[in-house]
Formats: sequence, structure tokens, C-alpha cells
Amino acid sequence: MIVPKYTREIPQRFRLEAEKCTKCGYIAFPPRLICPECGQKSFQMIQLQPEGKILTYTIIHVAADAFSTQTPFAVAIIETKEGARMTAQVVDCTLEKIETGKDVKLMLRCIQREGKAGILQYGYKAILSR
Amino acid sequence: MVGIVGYGSYIPVYRIKVEDIASQWGMDPQAVKKGLLVNEKTVPAMDEDTITISVQATKYALQRAQIDPQEIGAVYIGSESHPYAVKPSGTVLIDAIGIGPDVHVADFEFACKAGTEAMFVAYSHVKAGNMKYALGIGADTSQGAPGDALEYTASAGGSAFIMGSEKVIAEFEYTYSFTSDTGDFWRREGMKYPKHGGRFTGEPAYFHHVISSGKGILEKSGLKASDFAYAIFHMPNGKFPQKAGKILGFGKEQLEPGWVVPWMGNTYSGSSPTGLSATLDIAKPGDRILLVSFGSGAGSDSFVFKVTDEITSVQDRAPKFREMLDGHKIYLNYGEYLKHYDKIHMNE
Ligand SMILES: [Zn+2]
Repeated sequence: MIVPKYTREIPQRFRLEAEKCTKCGYIAFPPRLICPECGQKSFQMIQLQPEGKILTYTIIHVAADAFSTQTPFAVAIIETKEGARMTAQVVDCTLEKIETGKDVKLMLRCIQREGKAGILQYGYKAILSR
Repeated sequence: MVGIVGYGSYIPVYRIKVEDIASQWGMDPQAVKKGLLVNEKTVPAMDEDTITISVQATKYALQRAQIDPQEIGAVYIGSESHPYAVKPSGTVLIDAIGIGPDVHVADFEFACKAGTEAMFVAYSHVKAGNMKYALGIGADTSQGAPGDALEYTASAGGSAFIMGSEKVIAEFEYTYSFTSDTGDFWRREGMKYPKHGGRFTGEPAYFHHVISSGKGILEKSGLKASDFAYAIFHMPNGKFPQKAGKILGFGKEQLEPGWVVPWMGNTYSGSSPTGLSATLDIAKPGDRILLVSFGSGAGSDSFVFKVTDEITSVQDRAPKFREMLDGHKIYLNYGEYLKHYDKIHMNE
């Protein structure tokens, strides 16, 4: 059952909520208990702007069953303006348009459907800025 | 004064040309295009649905309204393609936008007029003083059965409207609804595709309700067609709204800005609301706008709006509808289109 995990991740997947270390400014996305940079435990919640750039990407040709009808598709590591990094699919463009360094916007999309009857999971995906 | 304080629309980037659907079924593409006055329609990406379309339209509406989403007291999404049969679309939207949890949420259904229902109830809450702001949305990823006449037009998109009483951009001056039990179009529980009454969907359904509702609001308001800068009638195809407008005395130039169907198709609950959104994009202070929706089953909601001085400051704060419609597009062939709509029977 993926519902409890999915529900727990809603603040990050829906609203890009991250935590900023109050001592060194490190941005944890998703949030962490201890800052990996300075080791202290005090964070302030921030909402990431839904934009960033492609640091690197790959094209998936052979996917897990749940994604098999979408191949080939692009998965990128995106860095937001605040410096948080995340993995996201890049959609709504032909694959040759995708390049490292390009600006993207993050939008809510359906990430995965649990078969014909299961829960629908929503989250962010990237589209190229125009 | 109570009215719209922010509006926004969203359509997917994917399109299919009407001639590609016609060729698939051995129909004459030019005859179909001419008969419907529709060239192409929007198609959802495989990861888009009524929820994701509503969320993006709402984000644009908030960019225009520039209000704190926490002050929105009610959220209503009207659609005939809610992704869940049981579980509201609105709950995903409020958590994605950051509205609530002290908020009233409900999903509406009434074929193609669920969007104007959502707008009407949102407006009524603000007018009654129940809350400061309320959100009404019309969105759909509508589909017709393969080979059915509806397949040429059923498309994807939606529009969101935030109602309030401060910095109103378009005041609700009058509302009027006309409803009767009419079996022109339906979908039974558990069925994938809707059924319709063929030619019965015209005169006894669309025209009877749209004209009665339009006449009703003109009578109630004491206004005539020439008092309006613009009018929007529900757009199941290109021809019906033009004919309805003509019967009620509206000219082509009054209909043109909101007549978005030739390049969008029929976005069902999102159809007339998106026509309104496209009209607000170009409206000027003092303009009167008439909106008449239609939902099979059947009923028609009419609104008279008066555009205020505030309009000019919000128009450029979010993407305009025609920019989205004419902007980046990816054309699909018929096979890809079936895949996008999950119409292909796959092995388990
Ligand atoms: Zn730190």
C-alpha cells in the first residue's frame, strides 16, 4: 500500500516545501532531521519557486511497467533558483529540445496511476521555459 | 460589488487535426471540418487530467488576483471527467495550491455546464457574505467514443475564476438559469463513453435551453444585444454558438473573441468559461459581457458581467488564452491520440 507514503510526501510533491538550515543556509529537499553541512537540527520551512534549470538528464528507453507506455521519456536533475536539487520527468516537448542548462518550470502532473483501480499520485514534472 | 477578481485558463500543448480523425473513419475530412467549423482540438498529455488542468488554471487566476490563497473559503470544480468516481478533485487542488484546510470543497457535474455552476455557487457565497473569496472552476478532459461524432470535438482544458468583493475586474450584474429534464446526452454509471440523441441534441436541447436562458436574462436585466460588447455561448462545435448568437441579435464581432472552438474543440465544462477568459483578456473598462453555458440533461446558466477599471492591471499578469492556443503545439496522429486517452486495450 503506497497511500501512507504518498500522503506523507504531499507537502514536497504538491507544494515544493523545503527546509533551510537556520545556521548555514543549506536547503534540504526533501526535509531532513540533521543538516548534512553543519550538523545542527534547526530548520525553517520555505516554499521553492517552481522554476529551475536542467543540470543533467537521461532518456529512458526501457521503463518499469507503470511507465512503459511513456517511453522514450526524459528524466532530469533540476536545480531550483534556491539551489535545491530534484529528479523530475521533462515533458511537453520533443526529446531533442532537451539540453543541459535549459530553464524549466515545474508543474503538477499525474506521476503514477496504481493500475486501473488504485490511487492516482500527483507531483511535479518539468516543462521547458518558453 | 461582487464579481471576478482573478481568472486563468490552461490547455495542454497536444493537438489532433479534425481531418486526421475523419480519415481514420473513412469520412470526408473537408466536409467534417466545414460541417462543424472545427479545425483541431486539444488533447491532454498522458499525465494530465481535470485535476492538473484545474491546478494550473488556478495558479494563473491567483497570479492575476494577487490574493492570499488562505483567504479562499470555497473551491468548486465542475467537470464531467473527474479522475475519480469517488474522491473529490478539489482536495488535490487545495493541497497543491495551499488553500485550507478551513475551506468548503465540492465537485460539480452537469455535462458541459458544471463549470458555470461552480462559478455561480462561488459568486453566491461571496454575495451572501459567507466568505471573502471563493473559487469556481470548469475543466474537462472530455472524450467521445471512437468513431462517434463527438470524437471530432471533445477536448481538454479549463478555466478558473476567483470571486470576491474587492478589486473586482468584472462585476456579476445579473444571473439567470433555465433547466428541464431532457434526454439529449448521458453516460450511465460504469460506462466509459457517453451516449447522445443525435439530431435531438440540437433544437430541443442546445437551442431551446440556450435561447430561453439568453432571453430570460435579457428580460430580467432589461438589456438588449446592442448593450453588450461581447457574448459567449457554449461551444459544442463552431456553428451552434454562432446560430444562437444570431437568434438573440448578436453580431459576429461580439462573438469573435470568445469563439475559441475552431482551434480548441469543445472542452465541455471548460468551454464557455474559457470563452469568457479569452474575452476578459481583451475587454476594456465598461464593457458588458454575456455568458450563456449549456449542459446536456439539460440546462443553461446565463451571467451578465460589467468589466471595471481594474481589468487593465490584471490582464498581463498571467498568460493570455490566445497565446496558449496559438503557441507551442505538438500534433498527434490518431494512434498517439488513442494512447493519450488510454483508449488502447493493453495486456495486463
Ligand atoms: Zn546547516
